[in-house]
Amino acid sequence: MKNEWPLWEVFIRGQHGMSHRHVGSLHAPDAEMAIKNARDVYTRRNEGVSIWVVEARHIAASSPSDKGPLYEPSESKVYRHPTFFDIPDEVGAM
Amino acid sequence: MTRDEAFFEFLCRMGDNTLILGHRVSEWCGHAPVLEEDIALANTALDLIGQTQLWLGLAGEIEGEARDADKLAFRRDAWDFRNLLLVEMPNGDFGRTLMRQFLFDAWHTILLGRLMKSSDTRVAEIAEKASKEAAYHLERSADTVVSLGDGTEESHARMQAALDYLWPYVGEMFVVDAVDQAMAEEGIAPDPASLRAEYDALVGRVLEEATLTIPDSRFAHKGGRDGRMHSEHLGHLLTQMQWLQRAYPDARW
Repeated sequence: MKNEWPLWEVFIRGQHGMSHRHVGSLHAPDAEMAIKNARDVYTRRNEGVSIWVVEARHIAASSPSDKGPLYEPSESKVYRHPTFFDIPDEVGAM
Repeated sequence: MTRDEAFFEFLCRMGDNTLILGHRVSEWCGHAPVLEEDIALANTALDLIGQTQLWLGLAGEIEGEARDADKLAFRRDAWDFRNLLLVEMPNGDFGRTLMRQFLFDAWHTILLGRLMKSSDTRVAEIAEKASKEAAYHLERSADTVVSLGDGTEESHARMQAALDYLWPYVGEMFVVDAVDQAMAEEGIAPDPASLRAEYDALVGRVLEEATLTIPDSRFAHKGGRDGRMHSEHLGHLLTQMQWLQRAYPDARW
C-alpha cells in the first residue's frame, strides 16, 4: 500500500493545559495537512489552543520487554517523591 | 423596491449561498475518500449552515412576516432562492467539490472582509463571526486545490476539468443589479463588481501554484442570485433538503 498517507501522532494543548497531550493519530500527506486534519478531527469541540503533530515513525519508544530494568528500580524509592516537605504556594503548579 | 425589500433580498442571497453550499458539502458525509476529509467537509458544511441561520434569521426579521430562518430555508421553492448558480452545481468528484469550494471561499472571504465594515452593525457582526470560519475554509480548499492540481497526472487532469466546468459560474458573483446598488448606496454591502480585481489576484495566484490554467472566456451563467433562472439541479437538491418539512410541516424533534 504505497499510496497510503503516513500516520501522524497528534498532541494538543487544552484551553488551560500547561502541556501538550497525546490525543490520537490520523493520516495526512504532509505536516501542514496533518495539522489541518488534527484541527478538524480533534479540536471541533473547542478542545485546544495549540496543536503539535509528529510523524509516528519518528517516535522512538521504550521496549515493553525492558520493563523490569527500566521501571522497577524506582518502585522502592519513595524518597524521590516530593511528599516530605511543604511546597510554597508561590511556586505555583508543578 | 423599498430599502427593506432590497435588504431582505441581499440577506437571502447571503443566506442562500451558505445554505445551498452547506447542503451540497454535507452530501459527502460518510462518502469522502478518507476519514479525515470526511470530518473536515462535515465541519465546513456545519459552519456554512450555522452562518445560514444568522443571515436568514436577520432576513426574516427585516421582512417582518413571521418567517424565521427555518421557514425561509424549508418552505420556499426554487424560484425564491437567491444563491449563486455555482453553489447548486452537483458535487461531481472530490476534485470538483474542492474546486467549487475554493472558487466560493475566495469570494466569500473577500466579501465578508468588506461586510465587517458594513453600516449595519448586525451585518458587520455576522460577517465578523463568519469571516474566521471562511478564512479557514479558504486555507483548506486552496491547499487541496494546489496539492491535487500540482499532483499526479490524473489529479491534475481532474482539477483542470473541474476548473473548466465551474469557471463560467464565477462571473455571476460580480454582477450588479438594483439590489446591489441600493445596498452600496446605504453602505450596507460593497458593490459586487469592486471585488473582482482582488478575487482575480487571489484565485490567479493559487491556480498558478496549482499549475492550472484559467479558461480564457469571461462568459458567465446568470440567474441564480436574482432567482430568474436556477439550474435544474436546485430543484432536486430542495426535494432532498426540504422533504421532511414539506411532508410534515412544523415537525419538531
